[in-house]
Amino acid sequence: MSALTDDTLPVTPRAMRDEMIVFAAMAGLLALVPLTGIYPFFVMQALCFALLACAFNLLIGYGGLLSFGHAMFLGTAGYCSAHALKVWGTSPELGILIGVAGAAALSVITGFISIRRQGIYFSMITLALSQLLFFIYLQAPFTHGEDGIQGIPQGYLFGIFNLARPTVLYYVVLIGFLAGFLVIYRTINSPFGEVLKAIRENEPRAISLGYKTDQYKMLAFILSGTLAGFAGSLKVFVAQNASLTDVHWTMSGEIVLMTLVGGLGTIFGPVVGAFVIIAMQQYLAGFGQWVTVIQGVIFVACVLTFRRGVIGELAHYLRRSL
Amino acid sequence: MQALYAQLLVGLINGSFYALLSLGLAVIFGMLNIINFAHGALYMMGAFCAYFLLNVAGIGYWPALIIAPIAVGIFGMILERTMLQWLAGLDHLYGLLLTFGIALIVQGVFQNYFGSSGLPYAIPDELKGGMNLGFMFLPIYRGWVVVFSLVVCLATWFLIEKTRLGAYLRAATENPTLVRAFGVNVPRMITLTYGLGVGLAALAGVLSAPINQVRPLMGADLIIVVFAVVVIGGMGSIMGSIITGFALGVIEGLTKYFYPEASNTVVFVLMVLVLLVKPTGLTGRAA
Repeated sequence: MSALTDDTLPVTPRAMRDEMIVFAAMAGLLALVPLTGIYPFFVMQALCFALLACAFNLLIGYGGLLSFGHAMFLGTAGYCSAHALKVWGTSPELGILIGVAGAAALSVITGFISIRRQGIYFSMITLALSQLLFFIYLQAPFTHGEDGIQGIPQGYLFGIFNLARPTVLYYVVLIGFLAGFLVIYRTINSPFGEVLKAIRENEPRAISLGYKTDQYKMLAFILSGTLAGFAGSLKVFVAQNASLTDVHWTMSGEIVLMTLVGGLGTIFGPVVGAFVIIAMQQYLAGFGQWVTVIQGVIFVACVLTFRRGVIGELAHYLRRSL
Repeated sequence: MQALYAQLLVGLINGSFYALLSLGLAVIFGMLNIINFAHGALYMMGAFCAYFLLNVAGIGYWPALIIAPIAVGIFGMILERTMLQWLAGLDHLYGLLLTFGIALIVQGVFQNYFGSSGLPYAIPDELKGGMNLGFMFLPIYRGWVVVFSLVVCLATWFLIEKTRLGAYLRAATENPTLVRAFGVNVPRMITLTYGLGVGLAALAGVLSAPINQVRPLMGADLIIVVFAVVVIGGMGSIMGSIITGFALGVIEGLTKYFYPEASNTVVFVLMVLVLLVKPTGLTGRAA
């Protein structure tokens, strides 16, 4: 099972220092974006997907669990936040909280069901569960079916920050992304993260060492689902809508693709992958269905020749962990 | 009562597609250790193959029933030779990702040229019309699909469980290295097995063409239901796949009659229940 990260280096003080330097550079560059005149909406959207891909990567890269239904957390949090903001008229911070709580509750339920099986079955189960949820949302009245929830008010965060202003919203999304990223970074470098890696590499051995592996996997699943939900709640403020697209299996596939392109089991890979895929969709939007074909080609090419992904290859070349 | 029987028949038809597809998935998983995400796309290709044969070459339903599975099977074998074989020894998930990519490519290409709407495919003359069975009206084509699928499923079961070739296949599933040592060409067997599984999917596609119309995305949602069927039944047993497929189709049909709102979620709900009660699936071994 170690095929995923065959050359993961042990966590050393030097590796930690490298990673903190890269993190600081990433945060610095992203903080400068509004000054450069780059369309902030594009970067905000990419940041939401980057956080989503990082949350997904926590599960696959460090727990060895390939979830093919992560869109369900994105969509559920989106619907919960959107409903709270628009129908109940809550403040933005409460709206985010409700969305995240919804995704957390969903991850407890779906985790309880799907953790019972491993490997390929786990992927099929998460996919089937997200499809179940898709049909529920398709029929439930509060999601407004095919139309989705539109025209969501952005409001004032903590009563001060006007989220309708793109620059303010940008920094709020950026801080949310960086906070989520640090939570994941802390998790994979904690004793809990080490046990997760042990389970990924050899579950029977981890069990024989006395670890209750199901509990670890369950906790990782809940953490991943909750953070994916956080990304979904942030995305509501950016896109100002919540629709069925966010729950559909094609979205789950895109999350997998982003992480694969960036590098499964790398720390910064999902961020790079998310920016690459979102940029690709942006620039190739005129090609219609060919975008799907191109995504398929990238999947095939990555699996056959480029399994480490962009950051994975770079880390391998530099002999660092990134 | 008429409506109930009609829905039961629809359930049996969907059940035959579930059975043919999950059977193919199980056979492929046994030999290649790959969950073939492209199965739905290949099912769609089977239907399109029949459509092309009729509209381009003027070849009718009966030859298409043989030509389409062979043509798509050959396409599958090319995929196996050029791509899937390089994944041997890697984590299962790469097979899933690769075949997912193939499914996106195939479905995307067909969507580009044919849009998302359905193309009609006429029922062959011999199977037109219906029979009055006294308690219900049976459209002959629908009855044919159920009976023929059942025969194909049982034939596949017989091939794998009762013949010498099947014995090689089962042995190679258990221990490929040892079977190779006996002089059996295992890589070729793997290719042929993939072709067989894909051919079954294409056959299901041809059968469904006159019922469900020919659409580029006809297999996309179906394959997710079939995954749930596979989780419920487990992939350890051929007969288990067949029985689970038909049974779930019937249950879905009954749901359409008694509680239509739940008809497209019932299989997933059943999957959840089975996982809660018996996590290894009904017939499967732990995996």
